[in-house]
Amino acid sequence: MTADTAKNFGPAFKTNWWARAGWLAAFLYAAYAANYLDVSWIRFLRGLGNGAEFLAEMVPPNFSRWQLLSANLMETVEIAIIASAFGILFSLPVGLLAARNLMPLWITWPFRTFIALCRSFHPVIFAILFVKAVGFGPLAGILTLIFASIGFIGKLFTEAIEEISLKPLEALRASGAPFMSVIIYAVLPQVLNRFIGFSSYQLDANLRNSTMVGIVGAGGIGGTLFAAFQRFDYDFLAAILISIIALVMLSEFISTRIKKVFQ
Amino acid sequence: MTVEAQSDSSAHPQRSICIENLSKEYVKGKPVLNNISFTVQGQSSVAIIGPSGTGKSTLIRCVNKLIPPSSGNVYISGENITHLTGRNLRMARRKIGMVFQEFNLVERLSVMENVLCGRLGYVPSWRAWLRKYPQKDIDNAFSLLDSIGLLEFARQRADSLSGGQRQRVGIARAIMQEPHVLLADEPTSSLDPKTSVEIMELLVSLSREHNIPLLINIHDVELAKRFTARVIGLSMGGIIYDGPPSELTNDHLKKIYGGENWLQ
Repeated sequence: MTADTAKNFGPAFKTNWWARAGWLAAFLYAAYAANYLDVSWIRFLRGLGNGAEFLAEMVPPNFSRWQLLSANLMETVEIAIIASAFGILFSLPVGLLAARNLMPLWITWPFRTFIALCRSFHPVIFAILFVKAVGFGPLAGILTLIFASIGFIGKLFTEAIEEISLKPLEALRASGAPFMSVIIYAVLPQVLNRFIGFSSYQLDANLRNSTMVGIVGAGGIGGTLFAAFQRFDYDFLAAILISIIALVMLSEFISTRIKKVFQ
Repeated sequence: MTVEAQSDSSAHPQRSICIENLSKEYVKGKPVLNNISFTVQGQSSVAIIGPSGTGKSTLIRCVNKLIPPSSGNVYISGENITHLTGRNLRMARRKIGMVFQEFNLVERLSVMENVLCGRLGYVPSWRAWLRKYPQKDIDNAFSLLDSIGLLEFARQRADSLSGGQRQRVGIARAIMQEPHVLLADEPTSSLDPKTSVEIMELLVSLSREHNIPLLINIHDVELAKRFTARVIGLSMGGIIYDGPPSELTNDHLKKIYGGENWLQ
């Protein structure tokens, strides 16, 4: 019990030198990069002054062009909803076919690659590509967000399927159930809740992203927003930003409601 | 009793499990099952006993090809199912009901939906999806649930049930297949002793009532002796004992499980 009779068992926890070295390296690199990119306190203070002027010009927000604003908002919402509907619809089979616990390698491999491709570009890059491919306007925006949705929901859905319990599947296979019935009865009930969650989150994300694809000409309020920037039309800009905030909050409210229904 | 049994089995002379020289090796040269042969027919219930890791689960899963055997043959009611694949295998599996240690229900579906899962082999997927089962199946499911005392739970979710109730649902699902044979893989291992006895009673009585030969994996020797007419003792992948429970001696048990202190 006493100190002199106690055996020496050695340290209770192993020191992880690799982790410590990693943290140190990350810190040193951050300091180096900040220096290299001229991110300094003085530069920050200068920026703050600029920001104050900018903010001052934004008040009061100018809602006089509300007709243009609401028409643009409507288009934004339409892009988001159409893209979400098709994105969710396509990501269901794609996610299923990419699940490694249900499908053989030669099926999962191409679908996993497809999902990875959908995720590899930011929506803005997709939007630029689609504007070039199908021309200016909402169609390019819709296609952009469909691919973004497949990349996001597809991946999460695949992961959800890969985490399910295989016990009910075993039972249904043992009873001679056809493959589609096994999917419908043993797989979908286990992942449906999470799929609804991913989908409503993606609808949310699509609303936010559809305000942005317009900047490169793919339809929606983004185009007007960018034009207001370039014309130094800051009071109208403030009105646009406020309506986007309202829109996103509204969609968040709705998606919370949707999730509650499916709990 | 015997007369009734005979008349019943003559009505279904084909119902049997016949295992012939079955071997299974996961790793080459290390057989888990070594040249197993036995037949279960008619109204009999047979227990397979043996220590964990001796291949009981593998054996029972080789019967319905959930695990493909390395060599040997399995006949269900005379049909060799060993080399079936795809649709033919599915058709054969409909004849084999299976009850699992951990029930293997779809937790988020209702009791009724779980019981009707036993009909999925007979109902096209789109009908199953829309829950458009033949009325006869639904009537059968209701009366089966009634007979096992779960009628009032039919519309509840399976995960709201207790362990014993869930296993009853698992058994009802297997019976819904109208199987020729019934397999049970450690059906009582996740249950308390009292519920275990109830589940064994239910399995044996349903097997009698529907005239289905029953093959049970069970590590509890007392339960096996109490409820089955024949015990097969498995050890190291081979059959050590095959006979009535009354002739199963401590010597046999020593051979099957090894050691002897646990027998006192």
